[in-house]
Amino acid sequence: MSDETKKSEDVTKIAFTPERQKAFEATVAKYERKASALLPTLYLAQEQFGFLSPQVMVHVGKLLDMPPREVFEAASFYTMFRKKDMGQYLLQVCQNVSCCMMGSDDLFQVIKEELGIGPDEVTADKKFSLQPVQCLGSCDTAPVVQINDDYVERLDAEKFRALIKKLAAGEKVAEVNS
Amino acid sequence: MKLLAPERRILTKGIDTPNLNTIEVYEKQGGYSAMKKAFGMAPDAIIGEVKASGLRGRGGAGFPTGMKWGFVPFNLGKPIYLLCNADESEPGCFKDRLLLEKNPHLLIEGIIIASFAVRSHKSYIYVRGEYTLAAKIVQKAIDEAYAKGYLGKNILGSKHDLDLVLHRGAGAYICGEETGLISSLEGKKGYPRLKPPFPAVSGFLNCPTVVNNVETLCTVPWIIQNGGATYATYGTEKSKGTRLFCLSGWVNKPGVYEEELGLPLKVMIDHYGGGMKDGSKLKAVIPGGSSTPPLTPEEVDKCLLDYDHIATFGSFLGAGGIIVIPEHIPLIKILERISEFYWDESCGQCTPCREGTGWLFKTIRSIEHHHGHKEDIDDLKRTATSMMGATICALSDAAAMPVLGFLKKFPQDFQALLDEAERKRKVSAGRKLDGQETTEMTEVTR
Repeated sequence: MSDETKKSEDVTKIAFTPERQKAFEATVAKYERKASALLPTLYLAQEQFGFLSPQVMVHVGKLLDMPPREVFEAASFYTMFRKKDMGQYLLQVCQNVSCCMMGSDDLFQVIKEELGIGPDEVTADKKFSLQPVQCLGSCDTAPVVQINDDYVERLDAEKFRALIKKLAAGEKVAEVNS
Repeated sequence: MKLLAPERRILTKGIDTPNLNTIEVYEKQGGYSAMKKAFGMAPDAIIGEVKASGLRGRGGAGFPTGMKWGFVPFNLGKPIYLLCNADESEPGCFKDRLLLEKNPHLLIEGIIIASFAVRSHKSYIYVRGEYTLAAKIVQKAIDEAYAKGYLGKNILGSKHDLDLVLHRGAGAYICGEETGLISSLEGKKGYPRLKPPFPAVSGFLNCPTVVNNVETLCTVPWIIQNGGATYATYGTEKSKGTRLFCLSGWVNKPGVYEEELGLPLKVMIDHYGGGMKDGSKLKAVIPGGSSTPPLTPEEVDKCLLDYDHIATFGSFLGAGGIIVIPEHIPLIKILERISEFYWDESCGQCTPCREGTGWLFKTIRSIEHHHGHKEDIDDLKRTATSMMGATICALSDAAAMPVLGFLKKFPQDFQALLDEAERKRKVSAGRKLDGQETTEMTEVTR
């Protein structure tokens, strides 16, 4: 089987769950044009599939009557869309001015020591990945790490190390963040 | 200088009231009464009040809000869109997040009044993707407002219709530029567009579009309730009203503080910020977010937080992000983070910005790692200067200004690093003769 047929086969198998399909239709209805629903649709897709594979982007294009090229163009432009499997916990460490001043370099070091990964790398067990990010808009509580959707604020090396250990042991971000 | 008394606050009065983000508590505090008052006024009268208030856009550019609304051609027969810019992403700024999370109904009320004034029946709040908590809170508030009949068809019998949609961005600073935001909302990459045509005439879907910052729209209910003239009594002669200042960096009490324009910067840092952390000595202050040139300690002592006074020190109020830098943090590191940011966030459309931001960053990083050459300073100045005013949007200028500012105000810091590089090269040249390896350039990787 050629790679081409394999790809097209995969695409036909991709579909939103019924609930997400409903959410998608409700979203599209809010906008003047279908294309405006691109970002929310990509979010729905990412939620379901974990990341945006070329096949998923082709599917999103079909839903929105957009050429796959345009979907890919946009998806690659916005940093919050994952183009590969980033595992269970994406650690987004702010490296900008206030966070860097308050010690974010130490947090990268902790990740290196505890998880052995650097920027854009994923641990072998697919539990953690690291993405250095730009200002998260939480400079008064620097340094800040966004773990998937949740902000964890006022960190230091030791707090962060303990947090990673708890997550590795199976606790949820909300539990360790309270 | 008298401080702004808590009961005189315009944007943050009672902001810590528990559950203020619910419609019940917001209304108990007097919320939505400005909306009701506005429906009894003529739309042009509302624009007139906002003009009289002297309110200037709080997103960074500081354009007079009433004037922006006045530019909208109401009789083109096209729909008019009101977009709320909540894509707050400038390093050092976090004020809009506070309003979105703590007082979303204030924003919604502001949007309803503004939409009535500019005859818009469809509005979007474009919130940055990372603000997931804010997005949830605002969506819930929108749902509550619909349930109460404050959004939708014929709001409270006013014959004014308004649909309001929350739209999440996905991690792109450039979408905070108003035309980049419009491109993004149309389902494209967030590429800014050439002006003219200005969005007021041709913006979202080529229709007249008003783009206002969160804080700007949150100020509107107060102006309608109390009158533009009353608002104009706050602040200074030319910089009217209050603003949210985001204080971060090496201070004891970082946070968002509302104050009248014209407050001495020193008072902001010492009184609100509780002074320098650990008694450290002040080295520099970035007064309005990462794009604004820094101030020296002597300038900090003199500078007033108003649009004109700060300009005399070659800087800007920007979006209100005050970053306090202590003596022990190398300025080169700060500048490196800033220039990497603009390199990362340049959309890549215009050559001076796409290439220039990369050159600035690589040169600065090379100086930081003691690989600089004495020509680097002139190269940086030349590159930065050639990036100013040469592109579709202001990101290129935003990248260039801090570089020029830091080099101008703290030349000795950069010279010291170049001297150190020169010294190291001499040592290594000596070693080279002994047959040892040497590295010339650090690799710059993303």
